[in-house]
Amino acid sequence: MGSRASTLLREEEIEEIKKETGCKLCQNAPLYLSQTSITNPVFNSVFSREDFQRIPELAINPLGDRIINAFFPEGEDQVNFRGFMRTLAHFRPIEDNEKNKNAAPSEPLNSRTNKLLFAFRLYDLDRDDKISRDELLQVLRMMVGVNISDEQLGSIADRTIQEADTNGDNSISFNEFMKVLEKVDVEQKMSIRFLH
Amino acid sequence: MDIRFSTSAAFLLFVCCLLSQTPGSNGEVPPKPAGSVTILPPIKPIDGPQAYPEAEKASLPVFTMDYPRIQIPFEVTLWVLLASFAKIGFHVYHKITVWVPESCLLISIGLIVGAIMHSVHEEPPAVLTSNVFFLYMLPPIVLDSGYFMPTRPFFENIGTVLWFAVVGTLWNSIGIGMSLFAICQIEAFGVQDINLQENLLFATIISAVDPVAVLNVFEDVSVNEQLYIVVFGECLFNDAVTVVLYNMFTFVADMPVVEPVDVFLGVARFFVVGIGGMAFGILFGFVSAFTTRFTSKVREIEPLFIFMYSYLAYLVAELFAISSIMAIVTCSLTMKYYVEENVSQRSCTTIRHVVKMLGSISETLIFFFLGVVTITTEHEWNWGYILFTLLFAFVWRGLGVLVLTQIINPFRTIPFNLKDQFGLAYGGLRGAVSFALAFTLPDNIGRKQLFITATIAIILFTVFLQGISIRPLIEFINVRRTNRNLETINVEVHCRLMEHTVAGIEDLCGQWSHFYWKDKFLKFNTRILRKILIRDSRAESSIVALYKKLELQNAMEILDTVAGDISAAPSIVSLYEEKKNPKPKAYLAGDLRNMHDILSKNMYNIRQRTVAFTSKYSLPNDRHTKEILIRRHASIRRSLRPGSFQNSNVSKSQKYYSLPAGQSLESRFSPRRLTQTDDRETMSEAAYPITNWRSRSSQPTRSSSSRAMMPLKRLDTLKEAVSVDMLNENKEDSGSRAGTTRTNSSSRDSRLPAPRRQLSPPREEDNGFSDNLINVHHEAEEEDHPSPSPPPAWAAEPRYNANRNPLLRRPQWNPKKT
Repeated sequence: MGSRASTLLREEEIEEIKKETGCKLCQNAPLYLSQTSITNPVFNSVFSREDFQRIPELAINPLGDRIINAFFPEGEDQVNFRGFMRTLAHFRPIEDNEKNKNAAPSEPLNSRTNKLLFAFRLYDLDRDDKISRDELLQVLRMMVGVNISDEQLGSIADRTIQEADTNGDNSISFNEFMKVLEKVDVEQKMSIRFLH
Repeated sequence: MDIRFSTSAAFLLFVCCLLSQTPGSNGEVPPKPAGSVTILPPIKPIDGPQAYPEAEKASLPVFTMDYPRIQIPFEVTLWVLLASFAKIGFHVYHKITVWVPESCLLISIGLIVGAIMHSVHEEPPAVLTSNVFFLYMLPPIVLDSGYFMPTRPFFENIGTVLWFAVVGTLWNSIGIGMSLFAICQIEAFGVQDINLQENLLFATIISAVDPVAVLNVFEDVSVNEQLYIVVFGECLFNDAVTVVLYNMFTFVADMPVVEPVDVFLGVARFFVVGIGGMAFGILFGFVSAFTTRFTSKVREIEPLFIFMYSYLAYLVAELFAISSIMAIVTCSLTMKYYVEENVSQRSCTTIRHVVKMLGSISETLIFFFLGVVTITTEHEWNWGYILFTLLFAFVWRGLGVLVLTQIINPFRTIPFNLKDQFGLAYGGLRGAVSFALAFTLPDNIGRKQLFITATIAIILFTVFLQGISIRPLIEFINVRRTNRNLETINVEVHCRLMEHTVAGIEDLCGQWSHFYWKDKFLKFNTRILRKILIRDSRAESSIVALYKKLELQNAMEILDTVAGDISAAPSIVSLYEEKKNPKPKAYLAGDLRNMHDILSKNMYNIRQRTVAFTSKYSLPNDRHTKEILIRRHASIRRSLRPGSFQNSNVSKSQKYYSLPAGQSLESRFSPRRLTQTDDRETMSEAAYPITNWRSRSSQPTRSSSSRAMMPLKRLDTLKEAVSVDMLNENKEDSGSRAGTTRTNSSSRDSRLPAPRRQLSPPREEDNGFSDNLINVHHEAEEEDHPSPSPPPAWAAEPRYNANRNPLLRRPQWNPKKT
């Protein structure tokens, strides 16, 4: 299963993925991935949600389902390897020499903005580019134990919106989201060390 | 107040001990020397106990005391109680345990007690004979560490762990030994009589690092998980390494001359001992797992097997003079996985509790005695030697960590950075094993007292100084937040979200190294081992087992906890109204602080899985995991209930918590119900772990299959009606509504949808966690069996009608079975 799989991905495709995601390791990734929890008998086909849901650690991650969902483009239930790597590429650490480069015509996937966009999309299920109070409440509830009453959670959500909302529409837009997190070291938080 | 109470209780206990002294008491564990103070109770005749005196003197003694008979167990019990009272006392004021590690506190209490004993010229019980320590006190501690070791991260890091444990300890011992020998050559310190072997022996004793105290700090500061595992594993294995080296060096210290052959033999012996220990451990582990396969009729004694087999492994290893610590650790590691699947749930809980209890007692007692013995032994103090020992211990540990990390970092997927290394180096506290080894030094070592004193000095120094200062230091170098009040709620919430995300993605990627062996082992495991060792072996993932246990027990428990919050239902309505007229509320600073507090106390920590299992002093905490699992399950169930589609006014954004509306939910359940019915053998159960739920309890399959049939139709209509667009909920609503009316008329199992429908109309906004619980509640009530089988499970397959990849390993659901 393992060694045979890597040859199924064509060379050109690997090159494309490398360029797109900047991920130098992704040549070896098929080999590794097929051995990990996301096992799939025929490698170059697609992943479905079940494959992700099979991972036990994700089951007990409070945001597990949303993370899985983030891998699948809108409305689809399958993602191919390329899409998978594209999503993973968001978590590549930003190397120092890249920070100073002028922004390429298409921003690299792991830029700060794109990382924040990933996080934003975890909230914003309906993709209307706004985090409404409900969406915020849901995510809060997922992240918080059972000992908080709805009232308290509601006021936390209200306060969150109030802090971030600058244009008074009672929801958080992406720009407002970015502004609120401007002092936070997102590059470091949303990076996985071994994805270089 | 309670601390004072416990101290005074201790004092009282002591007075009792003293009062009950009689001459001539003996026994190995704790003997009182013959010449101690004795106060005899007045009733007893002075010239010795005479239960039945000569006939003339007879008068039946109304009240007699016979202390020697119960002396040994009595004193053992008193000591254990005393140490446990101390532990209770610590937790009275929570902040103490945060800043001061428990070992410090225990030693302090021991010091106090020792001072008391010394002042009344009492000798401490001679518990620290070699036999007592190594045969009775050490095994529970090691069993505790081995049993609660998180196996997956451990094996992923096993190379690093062994590297640090083995090579690190060797480095430390040899380094410190050599430097001390060099110091000994300096005449000014007056220790020239200590030769190289003795120095090496001593160095081995003090290089047994026990970084457990550090683990608690690491937990709270969310240190890199890898570091955590390495520290934990190192702690475990270097005990083994130290003991092996100690035995070797004791032997060598006797020899007048050391030849190169001996060195080579020493190395060979080291391997024999280590690997032999592991082999014994694995053997006993398998035997024990095999035994538990047959214990289904004797559930009450199941825990006994665990303890007996591990102890047996330990003793047999001691018999052959191979590393008993390795034996017991590998035994418990091997055993745990299979045994926990075989034994009943109660036995499992009992085992965990008892293991934790025994380990806790042992460790407590050891530290306690350390304190006591410090005061009451004769010390031989030598400033030069001891100070230099301290210095070298510190320096060599730091150097060792640096050098070893440099060498092993290229082989690690996640290399250690400087902060990690600092944590590793500074966390090198010494602990119980050093203490015991020092006490059990053979008497023919000339400077035994000096060694004992030096060991105690180092232990006290590291435990107190480093133990107390490590937390502030680590927090300082990690500087995560400068001032919490300046941070907005937004930042707190979003940062936690990001951390969870990253943790999830990391888990998803798995570990990109060592997969080859892991894969092979897993295959071997599934094919051979599980069949032999597990009672009717089923392929269940660990998460399924966990989920089963949790669901069965905790559905009601969660209800109890939140029952109060269901009364918050009115607040849902009020919240909804608030939404209609959002006015900017003014938040006071106090409110904000409250919010921060609430969030920080209640938000789930990351990787509960690992952190929870490695907390040394308490049982693994499943609570958050349970909550998350149950909530997901409930939300999924809820979302698929027919009634939930009735409300067309449900706001677009939420019906489910964790998932977007859409087909993906059905797929989650595809094989689930199938496995319970016998005409669906074709379904593979390799899909989603949570769905692969086989209830062990006898659930009538008939009813389940009939229940399964009903919703099938409904979901089929759902499928037809809905386009594959997750935003398009309205369509889904209408489609499902049509479906529900149809199915409801035909089903007899409509009790499930029914209660839901009653609840949903008044609620326009599904603000639902309380919703979920109400459903769970109803469902639990109405089902005679509290096993929540989700109403629909079923359909899933048809989801991919159009572009189904036939090679995808998913069951081919046959919708015609209605």
